Amino acid sequence: MIEKQQNNMTDLSLADDLFERVGTKGLSGEDIGKKSLTYWADVWRRFRSNKLALFGLILLGLVIILLFIGPLLSGKDYQFIDASMKNLLPSSEYWFGTDDMGRDLFTRVCVGGRISIYIGLCCTLVMFVIGALVGAIAGLQGGLVDDILMRICEFIGNLPYLIIVVILSMVMGRSMFSLVFAMSLTAWVGTARMVRGQILQIKEQDYVQAARALGADTGRIIIKHLLPNTMGIIMVDITMSVPGFIFSEAFLSYIGLGVRPPETSWGALASAGQQQLMFYPHQLFFPCLMIILTMLSFHLIGDGLSDALDPKLRQ
Amino acid sequence: MAEKEVLIEVKDLKKYFKVGKNATLKAVDGVNFKIYKGETLGLVGESGCGKTTCGKTVMGLYQATGGQVIFDGTDIHSLSKKEKKEFTKRAQIIFQDPYSSLNPRMTVQDIIGEGIDIHHLYKGEERQKKIHELLELVGLNKEHALRFPHEFSGGQRQRIGIARALAIEPEFIVCDEPISALDVSIQAQVVNLLIELQKKKNLTYLFIAHDLSMVKHISDRVGVMYLGNMVEFAESDELYTKPLHPYTKALMSAIPIPDPEEEKRKKRIPIEGEIPSPINPKPGCRFAARCRYATDACRQTTPELVEVTPGHFAACHRVKELNQLGD
Amino acid sequence: MSEKILEVKNLHVSFRTYAGVSHAVRGVDFYLEKGETLAIVGESGCGKTVTSKAIMGLLPESNTIISKEEGAQILFHGENLLDYSEKQMTQIRGSKISMIFQDPMTSLNPTMKIGDQIMESILIHQNVAKSEAEKQALEMLELVKIPNAKERMKQYPFEFSGGMRQRAMIAVALACKPEVLIADEPTTALDVTIQAQIMDLIGELQKELNMAVILVTHDLGVVASVADRIQVMYAGKIVERGTVDEIFYQYSHPYTRALLDSVPKVHTNNKETLYSLKGTPPDLINPPTGCSFAPRCEYGMQICRQSYPDVTRFSASQECSCWLHHPKADTKGLPESMIRRSVD
Repeated sequence: MIEKQQNNMTDLSLADDLFERVGTKGLSGEDIGKKSLTYWADVWRRFRSNKLALFGLILLGLVIILLFIGPLLSGKDYQFIDASMKNLLPSSEYWFGTDDMGRDLFTRVCVGGRISIYIGLCCTLVMFVIGALVGAIAGLQGGLVDDILMRICEFIGNLPYLIIVVILSMVMGRSMFSLVFAMSLTAWVGTARMVRGQILQIKEQDYVQAARALGADTGRIIIKHLLPNTMGIIMVDITMSVPGFIFSEAFLSYIGLGVRPPETSWGALASAGQQQLMFYPHQLFFPCLMIILTMLSFHLIGDGLSDALDPKLRQ
Repeated sequence: MAEKEVLIEVKDLKKYFKVGKNATLKAVDGVNFKIYKGETLGLVGESGCGKTTCGKTVMGLYQATGGQVIFDGTDIHSLSKKEKKEFTKRAQIIFQDPYSSLNPRMTVQDIIGEGIDIHHLYKGEERQKKIHELLELVGLNKEHALRFPHEFSGGQRQRIGIARALAIEPEFIVCDEPISALDVSIQAQVVNLLIELQKKKNLTYLFIAHDLSMVKHISDRVGVMYLGNMVEFAESDELYTKPLHPYTKALMSAIPIPDPEEEKRKKRIPIEGEIPSPINPKPGCRFAARCRYATDACRQTTPELVEVTPGHFAACHRVKELNQLGD
Repeated sequence: MSEKILEVKNLHVSFRTYAGVSHAVRGVDFYLEKGETLAIVGESGCGKTVTSKAIMGLLPESNTIISKEEGAQILFHGENLLDYSEKQMTQIRGSKISMIFQDPMTSLNPTMKIGDQIMESILIHQNVAKSEAEKQALEMLELVKIPNAKERMKQYPFEFSGGMRQRAMIAVALACKPEVLIADEPTTALDVTIQAQIMDLIGELQKELNMAVILVTHDLGVVASVADRIQVMYAGKIVERGTVDEIFYQYSHPYTRALLDSVPKVHTNNKETLYSLKGTPPDLINPPTGCSFAPRCEYGMQICRQSYPDVTRFSASQECSCWLHHPKADTKGLPESMIRRSVD
C-alpha cells in the first residue's frame, strides 16, 4: 500500500455523523448482482456471441425460406417439361438453367430440397425417439437389461448399412418410407449409446440422489432431472445428425436407390446433373451448392451449440 | 443416558461394493451405533474410511450388504415401496458438494418444493408461502425463489440444500460433509444454522465430516472411523480430551490450531504413510500397518469395539496398556 | 532488513465476463523477502489465487486485463515481470519461481512417468546431460521423502496415492531449486494427517533450499505454524497485514477477526453459537462503493459505505484498512485488541 499524499484516516474534517454506527442495516449481504438468466437464455446468449454459429443459423434460415418461396418466385412447375428449352444455361428466365428435359432447374432444386430436408428431419426424429428410449432404459435399469440392449446395439451398429438399404429397397420397393426406415434403422445406435452414457453420469449426481432421498419415483426422476439435463447434448446430436442424413439421402439417390421420379431430391438432381457434367456443369453445380450450404449451416449450428452448452466454457 | 429414546440403531452394518472379479471394496465393515432422539452423532475419519457410505446406507440410499438399520423400531432395508416413501418423509440428507447437489435446470423454488410436491403436502398459495418461509429460515429471501442454482455462492447453495431437506419436516437428517466444500467464514454460518434448527425443531443429526474441530463443536457423541471400521466412540468432549486409540490420537494431533503459540507447544504424533486401499483388506486390525504399537496379535485378529471406560469405546488390543489403565 | 526478491505494486487484474468486467484484484501491494513465508489468506473469490497466477504469468490472455496504466508492477529482483514476453516468462517459470496447486492431478501429466516429468523441468532450464538430470531428479524424489524413489521414478501419476502425488508435484516444482515457491491451497484437498505431513515437508524444503514461500490458503489454522507474515485479502484488496503474532493476537480488522473466531476453539463450549459473518462476499462486477466488507460488518458506519479507508499503520509490519481506526470512529463494543491507534 503506497503512502498517499493525503491519508483519509487522519482527516479530522470528516463530519461526525459519518461515524455513526449503522452495522449492516439495510444491506443484506446476500444480494446477487447479476441479472437472472435461465439456462436456455444463457445458452442462447453464448450461442449468439459465436459469429460463425449465428451465420450458420441465418444461412439455414435463408435456405429454408428459399425452398418454400422459390417456386412461387419463379412461377414455374417443377414437373413441367418443355422440350424446346433443354439444357439451357442460367438466364434471367431460368435462374439455374434447365435440365436435359427442359425443366426449370431452380424450381426443381427448391422442391427437391424440401424432400431432402424432410427426409433428414424424419430420420433424425426416428433416430432420436428410438435412441433416447433405448439409451434411457439401458442407463437407468443397468445390469442385465443394459447388457442385452448394448449387445443388440453393437449387433445393429456393425451391420453393413449399404447392404441393408439395398435389400430393404428391394423388399419394400423404392419409397420415401422405405428410405427413412432403412436409414434410421442403424442410425439410432449412436444416440442410444450417448444417451446411456449421459444417464449413467447424471444418475450418480447428488441432486438425483437427493430426489431419491425425498421419495421421488423413477418416472419423476426421469422427467424432472435426467431429461432436462441430457437435453443439451441430445440437441447437439440432433443438429449434427440432420446433415448426415441429408447427405446419405443424396448419396443413395445418386446411386439410384433414393427417391423415385417424378419426385426429386438434391441427390437425384446431382445424379442427373452428373451425366451432363462435360457440357453443362451447372446442372451438377447448383444441387451440390445447396447440399453444401445446408450441411455447412447445420454443422456450424451444431458446433456453436456444443460450445454454448459446454459447462467448462461458462463464465 | 438410559432414559433417552433411541431413534436409530445400526447393527453390524456392512456395505461392500464389487469392484472386480475377485475384488470387494469393504466400504463399511460391521459398524454398530445408536442415535438418540434430538442428539447429534458425529462421524469422523479420513477420506476412504467409509463414513459417507455409512451415512448413505443409514439413509437407505444404498442397499446394505449385511446388518440392520432400525429406525424407530423397523428395519429400513426391509420396507415396502410405500413404507419407504413414508420413511423419506422422516429422514433427509444434506450433501457435501453444493455444486452437484442442486439440479442446474430447476429454479430454487422448485428445488425446495420438490419434497412438498412428491408428498403432496401443500398446493398453490400455501406451497409458495411455505417455500418463502423456508428461504427465510435459512437466511435467504423470497426474491431468490425464482433464481437458478448457478447464480448462488457455495454457502448460499448449501443453505438451499438445507431448505430442501427441511421442506418435508423430517425428524432425522444425515449431514454428509455439509461444510467441507465451504470457506471458513461460511462454515460457521452453516454450522450455526444447523444448531439453531436442531434446537427449534428438535432434529436428530448424523453429522459426517473430516474437520475434527467442527465435528466436536456440533456433536454430542463422536465415532471415529478407519477403513470401514469404527475404532473409537465416545462423548465428544471425552474423545477430544482423552482419546484412547492410537489412530484417534494421531488424528487429533494433526488438527491445525489457529493459534501460533499453541501450535508451537503442541506435539504432533506423526503417522506414517497413508490409508491403505479398502479393497480386499488384510485380516487383523485395519490400522496395524501404520500403527507404531502394532504387535503380531494386531495383525492377526481384528479387535472388537469394547467399552474401555464408561461410555467410551475403543477397538484396540493394546488400549489398556497404552493408556495406563488397569484391567 | 533482508533482500526483497519479489515486489508487487498496485496490481489490478480484471476479467471480462458476459455480465461485465469483474475486478478480481483491485490494487494489491506487497513484497517478499528471501527465505520467508508469506501467507495470503482469504475466502474463495477474494483474489488470492488470481494474484499468485498473475505473478506466474498464468492468467488466460483472452479475457484478462492487467491494467498497466495504474502503474501495476511485479518486480522480481527489480525486473518487471509484466513487461516480459511469454518466452522470457518460460525461463523464469519453473526455474526461478515455481507454483504448486491444490489438485496435483491437474498439474501432473498423466501420460508421463514421474521421473521424466521432474527431469523435463531440469533439462529445460539447466544445461546438463541427461544422466545428470536423472541423478538430480532422483535426489529430488528422495528429498520429498517418497519411499523407493528409484522404482517410483518409472511410475505414472495414477499409480501414486493422493499424498504421494502431492509430493511428486512438489518435486517437479522444486526440481530447479527456485527462489520463490507459490503454494496455492497445497493441502486443501488432503486429509488432516496427510496435510500435516505435506506442510512439514514444505517447511523443511524451504529451509534446505532457502526459498521464499507464498502460501495461499483460506484456512488460518494451516498458516499458524508456518507463516512469518500474513496478509488478509477481501474482495480484491488487502485489508490487513502483519506478522503471525500480530494477526493472531492483535488483529485490527473485523474481517480478520471473523476468520479467526468462526473456527471453534478447544475451549468453545459444545453447540455454542460460533461467531459468524452474515451474507456472502460481494459481486466484483459491481463492487460496493466504500469498504466492500461494509455489507457484512456489524461495526459498519455511514462512512464505510461512502469511501474506502486508507491504511493505518500500527507497527513496522502491521497495517490495516478500516474506518474503525479513525480517531472519530465509534469503538463501542469492539473487542479490546481491535482498539488501536496509528503510529504515524
